[in-house]
Amino acid sequence: MTKLPDAEILLPKLAAELKALVTPASAMIGLHTGGAWLAERLHPLLGLKDPLGLMDIAFYRDDYAKEGLKHDPKRTKIPFEVEGRDLLLVDDVLYTGRTVRAAMNELFDYGRPKSISLVVLADRGGRQLPIAAQHVGAQVEVPAGKRLRLKRAASGKLSLELEDAA
Amino acid sequence: MPRSSPHNPQLNANGELQHLLSIEGLPREILVQILDTAEPFAGVTEREVKKVPLMRGKSVFNLFFEASTRTRTTFEIAAKRLSADVINLNVAVSSQTKGESLLDTVANLSAMQADVFVVRHGSSGAPYLIARHVKPHEHVINAGDGRHAHPTQGLLDLYTIRHYKKDFTRLTVAIVGDVLHSRVARSLIHGLTTLGVPEVRVIGPQTLLPAGVESLGVRVFHDMRSGLKDCDVVVMLRLQNERMNGALLPSAQEFFKHYGLTADKLALAKPDAIVMHPGPMNRGVEIDSSVADGPHSVILPQVTFGIAVRMAVMSIVASN
Repeated sequence: MTKLPDAEILLPKLAAELKALVTPASAMIGLHTGGAWLAERLHPLLGLKDPLGLMDIAFYRDDYAKEGLKHDPKRTKIPFEVEGRDLLLVDDVLYTGRTVRAAMNELFDYGRPKSISLVVLADRGGRQLPIAAQHVGAQVEVPAGKRLRLKRAASGKLSLELEDAA
Repeated sequence: MPRSSPHNPQLNANGELQHLLSIEGLPREILVQILDTAEPFAGVTEREVKKVPLMRGKSVFNLFFEASTRTRTTFEIAAKRLSADVINLNVAVSSQTKGESLLDTVANLSAMQADVFVVRHGSSGAPYLIARHVKPHEHVINAGDGRHAHPTQGLLDLYTIRHYKKDFTRLTVAIVGDVLHSRVARSLIHGLTTLGVPEVRVIGPQTLLPAGVESLGVRVFHDMRSGLKDCDVVVMLRLQNERMNGALLPSAQEFFKHYGLTADKLALAKPDAIVMHPGPMNRGVEIDSSVADGPHSVILPQVTFGIAVRMAVMSIVASN
């Protein structure tokens, strides 16, 4: 069984890396659900002036025709102007790149950001689109038939876990 | 009127919503799924770009065999905000007058590659007939059939109640007025009882309540003041003048005196009660202007929520 990196150790390293790059135009958006948990932890460490934005890309997915709409999508809440901002887009695991593609499409319906950087806790490879993360906690190899997910305990502690791919 | 059968014509083999024909017979989980999905769509309608790409390339045919500018418009806006193409057919003044049958009309439109039919028809059950004959990838949404059902209006009423009151399981809801001719009332009563509202009341004169309405699980009041006592939600119905065939009422003035919602009658409900109306309103007949425009009224938010709810219904059926 592969040894998975500890999310709680990766998190402060990632925060330190981002902190050095923060500009007055920086703002953060977390992707539901795992990315939102990670962003909720990173956001207070960076001293950003705007509240955290949260996004659910359910209405921008490319598999709607095949898979349908997922149950209980959440409302996207971006409590700042996107226009002209340096956005930190936060997700838990980067895999095919399709979620990030959908998130960028949704973002442009809010305005034209100056830049978007992708922040992920784990990159498991397997990209199907020309998308790369600028800030990566760890590269993780995932065995075939498994899915890498971020879990949040009742205490708030984050951890990376493998589960069977549905 | 269609009968409920072991096979629910609204659900596919996986128990997912294939057509929306009536709230009656829909399981609680599907009602909750629609309300939950409408919530983020309400967020989309508040944005600068009020559009998502979900139904890009799909065609929604608005098939109105009975005139209704308001309902048709809200479906059209909902479909456009989902990026679908919308074709409005005012069938009342075209094919039907030339003698084409309902199913021939639908077969012709189906040949033009429809994905969703939104159907309004004067006869109860017409959307069921269409749903039985469409192709597997086509979906039917009932936008009002005769006196039978108006499920999206019922759903938007449920959404509005949940938005303001959060928990259905401790509410007293009163539905007031012309229940007999109201398809909205039937849809809403089914929805409220399915979602666990402990007390649904209907208030109106004997002549405007359907016989045996108690069997739907409601409490019947003929006196409005006792019926409104301690209500959380007051749903006013439009006095359906155009459906009034016999002499069911002495006069509109007389009706207003007994069943019109005025500030002093509303004072009997809970202090934080909300007032709803499916529109269009007859001011001074079933509702006083001071109430319609007053602090308890959520009549205009209902219209806004209606778009999000219709977006949710369309996007759920079109993917199943």
